[in-house]
Amino acid sequence: MTTKQFMIVNRKAPYGTIYGWEALEVVLIAAAFEQDVSMAFLDDGVYQLKKGHQTKGIEIKAFEKTFGALEDYDVTKIYVDQESLTERGLTADDLTIPVEVLSRAEIGKRMEEQDIVLAF
Amino acid sequence: MKFAILVSEGPYTHQASDTAFLFAQAVLAKGHEIFRVFFYHDGVYNATRLTTPPQDDRNIVKRWTKLAQENNLDMVVCVAAAQRRGIVDDGEMKRNGKDATNLAEPFRISGLGQLIEAGIQADRLVVFGD
Repeated sequence: MTTKQFMIVNRKAPYGTIYGWEALEVVLIAAAFEQDVSMAFLDDGVYQLKKGHQTKGIEIKAFEKTFGALEDYDVTKIYVDQESLTERGLTADDLTIPVEVLSRAEIGKRMEEQDIVLAF
Repeated sequence: MKFAILVSEGPYTHQASDTAFLFAQAVLAKGHEIFRVFFYHDGVYNATRLTTPPQDDRNIVKRWTKLAQENNLDMVVCVAAAQRRGIVDDGEMKRNGKDATNLAEPFRISGLGQLIEAGIQADRLVVFGD
């Protein structure tokens, strides 16, 4: 099968909308199709990776644990925008999985290398 | 060129579906090919035949149907997104014990793999969302 580079870009907070969860479903399927998958987290999207989701009060299933399973799907290229973290008072230590923190310009370069960019 | 299109917002609330439709029309008019149109997130609502806009407004669902029938377009609705939002065809009705269907012609319900395949097969996958 042809392999293409897919980047899934997350810009939204985890539970206010369904984009984060449904983007993760795309990631898992793309990985199952043995594509070269990466994820980028920008803007409020960085909150998706923050440790300690507690969603009981809003009665929505938490998907924090799914990020931990990405490695099993060989999805290891997880890029997080430095500026978005800083703007929100976060650092890589606040995140639930190991990520590559990159400058906005550097993420732009990675985006440019992709065959397909799906932004949610 | 071979295009694939992803529509990820529902009709009327967002312009994404309108723009995707107009883009698809323009692509075909220029003699290009559309490998597939894939509907995800609230985009699946573009596929309910029960949509009834006021008479002086565009009918977004019928417009997709007509374009697809005239050009033999493959229009695929994501099954997981459709199940969540109550978009149902015969197969889904039986599988999930529902008493009705609402999927418009010639949409079909299938998996997210169809989106990935569209990305692999097309020269460009163009996303219409917010």
